[in-house]
Amino acid sequence: MKFAVVVFPGSNCDRDMYHAVSQLAGTEAELVWYEHTNLESYDAILLPGGFSYGDYLRSGAIASTSNVIQQVKAHAEQGKPVLGVCNGFQILLEARLLPGAMLSNYNLSFMCHQEALVVHHNGTPFTTDYKKGEVIHMPIAHGEGNYVCDDATLAALKTNNQIVFTYNNNPNGSVGDIAGVINREGNVLGMMPHPERAMENLLGSDDGRRLFQSLIENWRDVYALNS
Amino acid sequence: MKKVTIHITLKQGVLDPQGQAIQTSLNNLGFAEVEEVRTGKSIELLLENRENMDSRITEMCDKLLANPVIEDYRFEVEEAVRT
Repeated sequence: MKFAVVVFPGSNCDRDMYHAVSQLAGTEAELVWYEHTNLESYDAILLPGGFSYGDYLRSGAIASTSNVIQQVKAHAEQGKPVLGVCNGFQILLEARLLPGAMLSNYNLSFMCHQEALVVHHNGTPFTTDYKKGEVIHMPIAHGEGNYVCDDATLAALKTNNQIVFTYNNNPNGSVGDIAGVINREGNVLGMMPHPERAMENLLGSDDGRRLFQSLIENWRDVYALNS
Repeated sequence: MKKVTIHITLKQGVLDPQGQAIQTSLNNLGFAEVEEVRTGKSIELLLENRENMDSRITEMCDKLLANPVIEDYRFEVEEAVRT
């Protein structure tokens, strides 16, 4: 399975993301500079965290207009998986690949610590290795992770089972304690916590491993079916 | 040339943590009469006269300058002199 880690000017979790997926069995990963316009040879696209374009205008806004995001949209329309973490999530929101928007954390602080998350939905290609309702631990590192959407959107997210991760102790004010949402088609996941920073118990948690493993296993199932 | 000033504000009902912090500071400075502060941003564009200018500016706001999920905008157009 071949992963693309898209690198924007200002991305800073790209190496962590690359390291996370490239160390797993049977995977190949490449760092892809955002001016690269052909993502067709990749099976999954990872949008890493950081501060693309210095968070100018709004977090993720400038990156969302880039050519590579048009490619990501085309990739998503084919049903292939896309994962956006932190700033990657913000880019997916600004690109309208996911509903909602981000505001500054309610306490205006940049927060960087381990958080307990609840796996709300384990039926996505990203979460089959987790148990539904399981509490897992991943670090967060953001100043603008206060997820907001209108009541109708929140109701639709609930009805369509699009809320994938919630915070056990909401750190940033997100509506519905939302830490991660998936699109209706179930192949584009955005989340503020960093699974790529939760790959080793020695570093605090290895709960992020299963997210990438789920993705790889599910891709193999689909791929085996198609070939 | 036209000068366009776009005012972008958070929608009513959207929490404005920055506005709240500013309000607290103003209250602490003795301006007890301040009951609410809402922050926003303004963006100035210089552009050449074109047909459908207003609808093109609206498109710019909807596509990039404002996020319709959380923000409202309005804009003013005035004559600008190239310097």
